[in-house]
Amino acid sequence: MKFKVVDARGRSCPEPVLMTKNAIKDNSNVQVLVDSNVAKENVTRFAINSGYKVEVKEEKDSYILTLTK
Amino acid sequence: MKKNKGIISTGLVIGLISVLLVKFGNPANMGFCIACFIRDTAGALGLHRAEAVQYVRPEIIGIIIGAFVMSIAGKEFKVKGGSAPLTRFVLGFFVMIGALMFLGCPLRMILRLAGGDLNAVIGILGFTAGIFVGVLFLNKGFSLRRTYELPKFEGFIMPSVTVVLFILLVAFPSLLLFSEKGAGASHAPIYFSLVDGLIVGVLAQKNKLCCAGGIRDVIMFKDFHLISWFLAIFVAALVGNLLLGQFKLGFVDQPIAHTDGLWNFLGMGLVGFASVLLGGCPLRQLILSAEGNIDSAITVLGLVFGAAFAHNFNLASSAQGPTLNGKVAVVIGFIVVFLIGYFNIEKSTEVEIKEGVEIEI
Repeated sequence: MKFKVVDARGRSCPEPVLMTKNAIKDNSNVQVLVDSNVAKENVTRFAINSGYKVEVKEEKDSYILTLTK
Repeated sequence: MKKNKGIISTGLVIGLISVLLVKFGNPANMGFCIACFIRDTAGALGLHRAEAVQYVRPEIIGIIIGAFVMSIAGKEFKVKGGSAPLTRFVLGFFVMIGALMFLGCPLRMILRLAGGDLNAVIGILGFTAGIFVGVLFLNKGFSLRRTYELPKFEGFIMPSVTVVLFILLVAFPSLLLFSEKGAGASHAPIYFSLVDGLIVGVLAQKNKLCCAGGIRDVIMFKDFHLISWFLAIFVAALVGNLLLGQFKLGFVDQPIAHTDGLWNFLGMGLVGFASVLLGGCPLRQLILSAEGNIDSAITVLGLVFGAAFAHNFNLASSAQGPTLNGKVAVVIGFIVVFLIGYFNIEKSTEVEIKEGVEIEI
């Protein structure tokens, strides 16, 4: 499966969500890297509202959010 | 709606606490006002000499300590910074200039409305317009770039400073300046204020409360999650004010407010615009500064500097209305924030495509 990778680590609100929004415009599957709980929650909420399934994996100090339709 | 339950009840609690703080001595419609409280604290330290607004507000101390403890408990304390710190300082400075034009941060704006002060309606319109302009910049690619991890020690400075402030307040008050009359002389008992601040700090950290973010998310993503607490605080404070007889409807003779609509609009417009570029309102900046975000700590220092500057150079409004200097400062603020917005638009964001599910960090 092909994924767009969005590196939103270190970005402040609402950039992670905005970057995700731009990445899913063409309905592609996306992996979003974030490094804060608030970004994880915001991106997850946005993705679910946009009809995506979200899988969260924690790694070191980051989260990998896998967004699939 | 169900998932918003927590954040709505949080808004209700904060609304009620705000009403009680006024009941127990805080200035009217000022149960909480981050801008005013930072301004008063700057005054107590002698950073400005406006005699009516000098007091170390324990609410601020409580908010920072509450958020600090909560972020440690929730494993969200992370020390990071380096996302355009001096730009954030300047934005914080102008947030304060705008707030002192209107006479309140976004939180007090909603509390003023709940007290019947209709000037706050104009403020909300301006605030929303400012947020809208900020969103235009975000959609164009505005970014203050990313943060990086910093030494842990950095993150403990902000909470430590507030503890020192509290020790000064209770043990060595003679070192500080205190208003004998005016808004600075009106305050709830120290420990009552402190505990209320702690509660708000804990709740605001846990729920990531932000006044600017709520309206921003509705405009950008049609997401009503974050605005729900803002509405809840209004409802709770309105009911509380009505029950306690603290409600007075109208434009004229409202406590610590003026009726100059244009400048109420522009003042809050500047607050909204700069807050969106910062990624959060003054309350949110305080919370972030407590959980290790050094950029937000710098922003809070910008707020302090702005408050001192505003009173040293006669920029802050009073019940009589705005000052000429204040109007000039707000116009300059718009120009500076526009320039910050324009020059921080990222030309392109790279998106890489990868095969496979696993990615390396």
